[in-house]
Amino acid sequence: MPDWKEQIRRQLADLKLAPAREAEIVEELAQHAEDRYRELQSGGATEAEACRMTIDEIGGHELLARELEAVERTDAPEPLVLGAKGTGHFLTGLGQDLRYGFRTLLKNPGFTAIAMLALALGIGANTAIFSVVNGVLLRPLAYPDPDRLLNIFEANAEFGHYSVAYPNYLDWRGGSRSFTDMGAFRSDDFNFTGNGEPEQVAGEYVSASLIPVLGVTPFLGRSFLPEEDRQGAACVVMLAYGFWKERLGAEPNVLGRSLTLNAMSCAVVGVLPADFRFRENARIYLPMEQYNSVELRTRESHMGLGVIGRLKPGATIAAAQAEITSIASRLARQYPATNAGHGAAVVRVKDDMVGRIRPTLLLLVGAVGFVLIIACANVANLLLARSTARQREFAIRAALGADRGRVVRQLLTESVLLSLGGALIGLLIARWGTSVVLAAAPGSLPRAQEIGIDPYVLLFTLAVSIVIGVLFGLAPAFHSANANPQESLKEGTRGAGGGRHRTEGVFVAVETGLAVILLAGAGLMMQSIWRLWRVDPGFNTRHVLTTQFALSPKVMASPTGIQLAFQQLLDRAAAIPGVQAAAITSLVPLGGNDSENSFWPGTGPQPPQDRLTSALFYIVTPDYPSVMQIPLRRGRFFNARDNLASPPVIVIDDVMAKQVFPGQDPVGRQISFLGLGPVQIVGVVGHVKHWGLDSDDTNKIRDQMYFSVRQVPDKFLSEAVAGLTLAMRTGPEPLSLVNAVRAQVAGPTRDQPIYAVQTMEQIISGSLAERRFTMLLLIIFAATALLLAAVGIYGVMSYAVTRRTHELGIRSALGASRSEIVGLVVRQGMKLAAIGMAAGLVAAVVLTRFMAGLLYGVRPADPLTLAAVALLLGGIALLACYIPARRATAVDPVTALRCE
Amino acid sequence: MAALYMENSSIDREWKKGSAELLLLSLLEALPRHGYEIGKLIEQRSQGALRFHVASLYPLLYRLEKRGWIQGRWVEKSGQRRRRYYRLTAQGRKILASQRQGWQTFVEAISRITGVENA
Repeated sequence: MPDWKEQIRRQLADLKLAPAREAEIVEELAQHAEDRYRELQSGGATEAEACRMTIDEIGGHELLARELEAVERTDAPEPLVLGAKGTGHFLTGLGQDLRYGFRTLLKNPGFTAIAMLALALGIGANTAIFSVVNGVLLRPLAYPDPDRLLNIFEANAEFGHYSVAYPNYLDWRGGSRSFTDMGAFRSDDFNFTGNGEPEQVAGEYVSASLIPVLGVTPFLGRSFLPEEDRQGAACVVMLAYGFWKERLGAEPNVLGRSLTLNAMSCAVVGVLPADFRFRENARIYLPMEQYNSVELRTRESHMGLGVIGRLKPGATIAAAQAEITSIASRLARQYPATNAGHGAAVVRVKDDMVGRIRPTLLLLVGAVGFVLIIACANVANLLLARSTARQREFAIRAALGADRGRVVRQLLTESVLLSLGGALIGLLIARWGTSVVLAAAPGSLPRAQEIGIDPYVLLFTLAVSIVIGVLFGLAPAFHSANANPQESLKEGTRGAGGGRHRTEGVFVAVETGLAVILLAGAGLMMQSIWRLWRVDPGFNTRHVLTTQFALSPKVMASPTGIQLAFQQLLDRAAAIPGVQAAAITSLVPLGGNDSENSFWPGTGPQPPQDRLTSALFYIVTPDYPSVMQIPLRRGRFFNARDNLASPPVIVIDDVMAKQVFPGQDPVGRQISFLGLGPVQIVGVVGHVKHWGLDSDDTNKIRDQMYFSVRQVPDKFLSEAVAGLTLAMRTGPEPLSLVNAVRAQVAGPTRDQPIYAVQTMEQIISGSLAERRFTMLLLIIFAATALLLAAVGIYGVMSYAVTRRTHELGIRSALGASRSEIVGLVVRQGMKLAAIGMAAGLVAAVVLTRFMAGLLYGVRPADPLTLAAVALLLGGIALLACYIPARRATAVDPVTALRCE
Repeated sequence: MAALYMENSSIDREWKKGSAELLLLSLLEALPRHGYEIGKLIEQRSQGALRFHVASLYPLLYRLEKRGWIQGRWVEKSGQRRRRYYRLTAQGRKILASQRQGWQTFVEAISRITGVENA
């Protein structure tokens, strides 16, 4: 058959029509010629006759050109020519590409919506994680020159980082030359009265040097003067911006006003700026020396004191570390009883803050990257399918002389438009998703309040969407650009070559593989959490309500008053209907706080500090084991007769019993404490997982001791009162009793507030917050991946079935049964999925090793998890193949054959 | 204007010329058709008396399209190559009605004069 197009094009050559218009006319007339030619042949003409007659009819006259000229020459401006070689300006071309791209996308709203949604999920998840990484890891701390700010800790064999003894801090500060200055701080709660309801306010004791070291200028007033940070100085206070605004109505004349804190009158000297976030909860700041405790001035007490120093210009961290270490060694020689074995460690403030969470976040970055790749593979598949349908369009352009680059550029413009659209929706998903996830896992991230969508996040999203737009557009674009125009034009509906199916297959395999990895990660995290929940913490976590409380300032004046207040408080709490037992404790297991005391066995003189053993030190009231349901192993717990008049006694846990008295009965034996002297062991109780459900077994300090509140020496009592917790075992749901507890604790004077009310189960849940955060995100990512992969497999299989309609029709005409047809299609799809799953499983074995630190009770390449993942994904893949396969059996052989 | 094949010498060339537009519009009245189909229908329904040449059929279609009387659209049907189908526009429909009226009047006038029975 002659090339009709060539014939016609020759006739039109002189007309110099616009290329697109010419292409249309050529196509239409060639179609006519072909119809005529076939008709002549079917009427009995030989090929040669038919050919000659057709050429006579279409080409034998000048008429066509003349008639066309008359019609076409009246043309208005030239229409948009997409196939033309880029004769115009680059930007004009780009404008055309954009306009055309928009139109093409709008013409296929279904395709556009699905592609954009897939991309929005991928980009949204990535934006969300980047906004977290940006806020937590990347953004510098809000202080001038924040990289020069260093945390300085004490360090010993038991604790890598240890809070600092105040006298040691003073010696460091006096002796070091690497720092411009140092400041110390310690968190505490203050009973704020005289402003309506009594309120417990979180605050910090800070040295006068701290705010200048941080480089912060107060919003109002000034920071503390050195003379205000002296023992016996009048109390002054600085306020956090939020406290000033919310509690004091942003009163402009607040400076000099006096607030009653812990029954002390403190004059306001300054208000800190709104963006000051030294400690997230701290609302007021008092000078360190207002911390009126004997323990502050001893070297044996490490009262949660933190120290920050600002490195001098030119000084290095290593030099600072060496210098502080040498000062610490000097102090260890000078005060062996308290300082032997104590060194110091220097860490950048930001690293200390976010260092621990970094591996988790990087893991999530990796995981969310996989989600994006899966989304891209899906969209690339869609584009591939569509590019096949658009074969003729590209072929015509190519035939009209459009170079490959121009066609590729047009397609890339479309894919970038798609991904930018996806990014816009993705930003909304990210904004919404971040707040939902942060709310679902509170306390899981440091600097959480700095997470948000800022210009860097927007830039990231823009860059990601352009890059992926180009990446996922490349394969379809080159596929289309390489199409052979003649082939495409000749065979209208069946353009695609084998290359497309291969690419598609690769995409499906990649999606499946990545989904396997994500599912494996999520599965391992779920198993870890599940196993952690089943860990026996050593006490009964159900039906326990805990709350912190403050005693009325009026009772704080005398030790007797405090002891009496405790007893009255316990009596009132125990009388609440539904409360079965009530106790006061200085420490709550898994609550994130700890307090240790050093001891030595026997009653001999104190060995040097580095030969002492530390144990967790709980100060409790007699009913504590009944509230927590901690089993008594030997001897007895405290009773009302254990008081200051009787010899001091102690109860230890079974871990300490085995550790200190291996093979012996510890009951009746004596141990000695710094500051307390010898005490007698009267009982042994079960060990409680204090440090964490997972980490307790590996913590260096595992020994636990219980000491009765009633035997706390008077000089330590006011100290011991801070941060006490009231714990109650309840019959009904614990939180249903909160109002009754609040009323009873407040007491007749109504000045004893409760705060930080939590059930024991909430505390445990909080101790798993970081893991739950990771698990939650991995589950979300894995579910998204699973969905996208299923849609991807389904899409490819549906298309394959459509493409094979003819073949399947023949098969079924030749007697293939329905199940044979289903098997045929399912096998084809499952082969791709199986390849992807196999590769994914191998990759999962390698990659899950990076999350070993987050797992508990399950190995990274846990065969059971991997098998479950393979089963789940296999099932979903099977379903995604089966639905199109079922459709294939519905193909009517006659229809299928008629298509030809 | 459009030229028609002289298949039958008894039919005047001028008659055909004036009627070409009317023929096309009439054929598109019921449903959209592509060029080849239009050509075939004219041939069949005139029992071979009228035949459009490619060189006149398509330019005429383009002209009518330009006037906005008909509208062409590429349609792809499964199993077939795409074809350009033309359909009558609303404006085309009005024109067809008025041309038909004019033709009727013309034919009646001729009949009255020549005494030929109106078919």
